[in-house]
Amino acid sequence: MEKQVILNKRHFELTLNRLCYQLIESHNDFSSTVLIGLQPRGVNVVARLKTQLETILGKEIICGNLDITFYRDDFRRREKPLIPSATNIDFVIENKQVVLVDDVLFTGRTIRAGLDALLAFGRPNKVELLTLIDRRFNRDLPIQADYIGLSVDSLSSERVSVEWKEIEGEDKVVLYTPEANE
Amino acid sequence: MNNLSVEHLIGIKDLTREDIELIFKTADSFKEVINRPIKKVPSLRDITIANLFFENSTRTRLSFELAEKRLSADVVNFSAASSSVKKGETLIDTVNNILAMKVDMVVMRHPNPGAAKFLSERIDAKVVNAGDGTHEHPTQALLDAFSIREALGEVAGKKVVIVGDILHSRVALSNIYCLQKLGAEVMVCGPTTLIPKYMEELGVKVEHNLRKALEWCDVANMLRIQLERQEIKFFPSLREYSMQFGLTKEILDALPKKIVVMHPGPINRGVEITSDVADSKQSVILQQVENGVAIRMAVIYLLASKINR
Repeated sequence: MEKQVILNKRHFELTLNRLCYQLIESHNDFSSTVLIGLQPRGVNVVARLKTQLETILGKEIICGNLDITFYRDDFRRREKPLIPSATNIDFVIENKQVVLVDDVLFTGRTIRAGLDALLAFGRPNKVELLTLIDRRFNRDLPIQADYIGLSVDSLSSERVSVEWKEIEGEDKVVLYTPEANE
Repeated sequence: MNNLSVEHLIGIKDLTREDIELIFKTADSFKEVINRPIKKVPSLRDITIANLFFENSTRTRLSFELAEKRLSADVVNFSAASSSVKKGETLIDTVNNILAMKVDMVVMRHPNPGAAKFLSERIDAKVVNAGDGTHEHPTQALLDAFSIREALGEVAGKKVVIVGDILHSRVALSNIYCLQKLGAEVMVCGPTTLIPKYMEELGVKVEHNLRKALEWCDVANMLRIQLERQEIKFFPSLREYSMQFGLTKEILDALPKKIVVMHPGPINRGVEITSDVADSKQSVILQQVENGVAIRMAVIYLLASKINR
């Protein structure tokens, strides 16, 4: 497995900062906007955005976590059962602007399931998508993000991993490429 | 611990502690789902489940049916009272006929102990035991333990007393297995005639004095007296039973600590438990019913994920 850092610590921070300002551009003071992170890894992006947005705006940003396990389209197509993570949406999304947040946008299937799962909580006014990494050219479904941290051109055999200071020890994004004979 | 170690849910005896914890973890998520505005997920859209009830049941059948529907499975119901069983059809024939209609899973309640195991060895569908005679009632034990975990934080190390008709109770046997696997201490309490001799071999304490049992425990699970299974008299009268083993507010209030009161239903108010206890804050009877749906969703979900297409 060949390893290549495509977003280092410094750029990682800059990118998150830019995403915050882009969000503020379209959502002003967040009075009717909520951020919802997709489990498991989108939650990390939301946590970071929340801290930064709250520092910039000086007010609380409403955030939640959404687990999409029961809405996936690959149930019983895997060896092991899909085990859910926690969903935590303790606010009303009816008539709100919802920004769905994930770390990597790849085939788009997670987002499709996320939209289904989200609608079980009510009818939002508008749903947007924010992703830290967009693996464009790998989509299985017609889904595009509204806010993109970094677009990456990758083969589907490659793997993109977003790593966090809190979990892996350092903020960075790594592209893993299998070697030719693997 | 990513997959159940069993292909069917016949009894708690076959499960490992990891299995039970996996079911609980999955049920946590389903409990959140059934409290949403839209209480339904599409996971089991392509699964058909038959509920075969050869014995009366309200709560369990409704609970299973709701669990199945909230997972988006297709459901067919069958009850022995209105079926060809009355015309002399055998169990295997009945079930094979239903399976010929392409059913993936069977939830069965049957008056004969071992009926679920018998079926699981002979048909090509997942079997969930919803009570087989006096043998086991695994989903009830799972939801009881899940309710204890919810009320007290964990099951390990807790002391649970099961009061009443242990001899005829599948709930008692499943509960004993389940609680012991999770590391709880179990005691049974009731008239000598209703406590089987093998209890001590299972590592279960036996007590015939309700007050002493309640002073020992953290949780009291009050079972119903199953008059329909008693062909002879096991105690002189219901009144005498309830004088000795009925849980009243006076006994409960006199205890040194607040215990959790459970009952698998249906309640005989005034026999094993008085109304003011059943409706008190210490009782988790209705939470048990709510948890029942979440636990059954988890069991069905995990078994369905093992169906190969």
